Amino acid sequence: MRRLLALALIAFATPTLAEEVTTYSLDNGMDVVVIEDHRAPVVVHMVWYMVGSADEPVGASGVAHFLEHLLFKATDVLESGEFSATVAANGGSDNAFTSYDYTAYFQRIAADRLELMMQMESNRMNNLRITEDDIETERNVVLEERNQRTESSAGALASEQFRAAQYQNHRYGVPIIGWKHEMEQLSLQDALDFYGLYYSPNNAILVVAGDVEPEEVKALAEQYYGVIPVEENLPERIRPEEPPQRAERRITFVDPRVSQPYLSRSYIAPERDSGAQKEAAALVYLADLLGGSPFTSALGQALQFETQTAVYTNAGYGGGSLDDTTFGLTVAPSEGVTLSEAEAAMDAAIAEFLANPIDPELMDSLRTQLRASQIYAKDNVQGLARRYGRALTQGLTVQDVQDWPQILQGVTEAEIKAVAAKILNRDQAVTGWVVATQEEAR
Amino acid sequence: MLRIAVTICAVLTCQIAHAEVNIQKITSLGGIDAWVVEEPSIPFIALEIRMRGGTGLDAPGKRGAVNLMTALIEEGSGDMDAQTFQRRLDALAASFSFRAFDDTMSISARYLTENQDEVLALLKQALTEPRFDQSAINRVRGQVLSGIAADQKNPNRIASAYFDAAAFGDHPYGTSADGTVDSVNALTQADMFAAHRNTLTRDEIYVSAVGDITAEEIGPLLDTLLGDLPDDGPAPAGNVSFGLGGGTTVIPFDTPQSVALFGHSGMKRDDDDFFAAFILNAILGGAGFESRLMDEVREKRGLTYGIRSYLVPKFHAEMWIGQVASSNDTIAEAIAVTRDVWADLATNGITAEELAVTKTFLTGEYPLRFDGNAEIAGIMVGMQMIGLSPDYVVNRNDFMNAVTLADVNRVAAEYLRPDDLHFVVVGQPVGLESTN
Repeated sequence: MRRLLALALIAFATPTLAEEVTTYSLDNGMDVVVIEDHRAPVVVHMVWYMVGSADEPVGASGVAHFLEHLLFKATDVLESGEFSATVAANGGSDNAFTSYDYTAYFQRIAADRLELMMQMESNRMNNLRITEDDIETERNVVLEERNQRTESSAGALASEQFRAAQYQNHRYGVPIIGWKHEMEQLSLQDALDFYGLYYSPNNAILVVAGDVEPEEVKALAEQYYGVIPVEENLPERIRPEEPPQRAERRITFVDPRVSQPYLSRSYIAPERDSGAQKEAAALVYLADLLGGSPFTSALGQALQFETQTAVYTNAGYGGGSLDDTTFGLTVAPSEGVTLSEAEAAMDAAIAEFLANPIDPELMDSLRTQLRASQIYAKDNVQGLARRYGRALTQGLTVQDVQDWPQILQGVTEAEIKAVAAKILNRDQAVTGWVVATQEEAR
Repeated sequence: MLRIAVTICAVLTCQIAHAEVNIQKITSLGGIDAWVVEEPSIPFIALEIRMRGGTGLDAPGKRGAVNLMTALIEEGSGDMDAQTFQRRLDALAASFSFRAFDDTMSISARYLTENQDEVLALLKQALTEPRFDQSAINRVRGQVLSGIAADQKNPNRIASAYFDAAAFGDHPYGTSADGTVDSVNALTQADMFAAHRNTLTRDEIYVSAVGDITAEEIGPLLDTLLGDLPDDGPAPAGNVSFGLGGGTTVIPFDTPQSVALFGHSGMKRDDDDFFAAFILNAILGGAGFESRLMDEVREKRGLTYGIRSYLVPKFHAEMWIGQVASSNDTIAEAIAVTRDVWADLATNGITAEELAVTKTFLTGEYPLRFDGNAEIAGIMVGMQMIGLSPDYVVNRNDFMNAVTLADVNRVAAEYLRPDDLHFVVVGQPVGLESTN
């Protein structure tokens, strides 16, 4: 991400109130999603490219994110920095972000400036004019970004190691920002090759959300994006798949900057697939039941209430992913509790969860919360725009996004137990201990 | 049963851009003021409550008490222990947030219209009948201590701890509101009840509500919710002047990238020149990519991922500060460039073009803030706390546009003092040493 912005995770939709969404495709293959919210005269204009760090060529890790930075430099008609300066001069703000599966650019601005945004954003899809000077300066900026986000944080460095161990063949094991030694070598040609191939209308999705009319957006989109030629050489999006994972991996990460030792366990897990989202939906519940609220989840109750084993417990699952994703657990032991003891307590709590029926009251509560999150999500049109952009760049369709709330409501206790039995397999997991000294690793 | 529950004091229709934000100002029969925006299109309500005082009300020797107490509000009340309370809240699909800041206690609630009565009853119970069970105190104390330990190994926290202590000394602003390991370990259940009694009071309370609710409804709801709180509490600490002089302090820490926190004294929020200072800060380092610091330190030289400056008008002190991170071997250059930018603005001021562009940005960006119930509720309660009236929403851009080039440059010459800047640097910076 280009600026210092924390991204909030957005809760997924439920069926009670579907947002007003209109979709269509331009003749050159660019898909368009319009989400109406007429409460305030604001628009969010986003272009999502279906390319992320997991699509990078071998040896050029970080180029997707580096290119994202470079898109704010000169084009044939815009000077370096003029894009953002123009957005600001019109009272708006702009930014961009890169993930494993996508790279996205957005502006938030008064609704009557939409055309100007489309004019500039469509221009930089094909007409970037970056120089060697830009490369040198901006490479230092992304290296400082890596310093700030990763090198300065023991936890971030540890996560990078764990993820590299989790994925044995897939590029999800390589950090989005890149490995430092490869970032240092990124060249103008690396950036231009990536740009030339992947930045094209048939590899992009336009999301416009806010105080706009779908017909007006369509006319503007045809005028500005519809005229950009198709990239005929766009490769099919095929990535190296994970082989069957057959052996548990364990890592101890030692860094004197660690103040609170903790352990994390991540299991390979299925993602949301188009037309087949049931297992992912069950995993959403499994994460909540195992480690959602510390007050009511299995880990919270066993490790933070019935015993004082941990000061922190959590389970997390991100179903949005083009390829196999992970299901993660984290436990930070209380003072005087070793990591071995904390891990044993965690595994005992999981075993107990699997052996016993799921509390129906808790299931009802989770269903209610998921339904309510649909209503709350409508208050944040930018969040809705991101939801659609992410889904459409990760192999899902608008229909999948709109079906998801209903699928979540239909998840049964038996399905949760079945998916838990399937994925909670330590042969497919990485267990990491994060400590300040080797002595703490016991 | 109350028949006329609300007195409407003033109804203002505030036009921002093309949007209408109808702020209704009401006073309940019990005397609680609130600002309300009716927005029935989504069936939920965002409620924001602020009370003056916050962690500044920690009793002598009890640093960290208000912070710990605030974290315990959701950990059991009335006849419910922590888990029972949270189960009830989850079943209603509502969320509460209780946070203590230097001068403020902040209470936020978000709930579906259909659950309003039950949710507000639960909120009232949390605010007025906390249990502070010893088991909950022990559990949350462990979390606070874990956070204190983490702060001691976090370069940004190390920098701010030194900076605050050097700038504000014995005033509450000078120490972490979390307390120290010793002070937190010494806190008792009685301390929790005392902190609760002192901070959750009605004497300086501010309320806003936005969403599927009417101005007529809100008064009686607030009287029920907040009417049982004590009328007043102890006076907060007084004003303090910024006591850190110019210079550099290096705090060695083994990390590849140094962080620098820097600043000098600032300007009060109610100063006549505040808008001029606000514009100046945007140009200096407040407006992201369009600021001079970002342009010089990042865009031209690639020395950092981000640098920003901030005007910080707190209730009892004011500062003008900034923050930057750069590799150990480039932080000295980043600091030198920062000083130069500061000095150039003080000496030469800004240009007429910069002023025009920045005004367009700031006035254009303002209405975009009002794009959600939660956002509007947050803005409205913040306005009340600093003594603004609802029509500020309408007039704010006029105030901004009224600022002249001479105003900004006069403020720059008077308030930006490069020699008074103190840089606190945490890391292994090359070519930087502490001054005395």
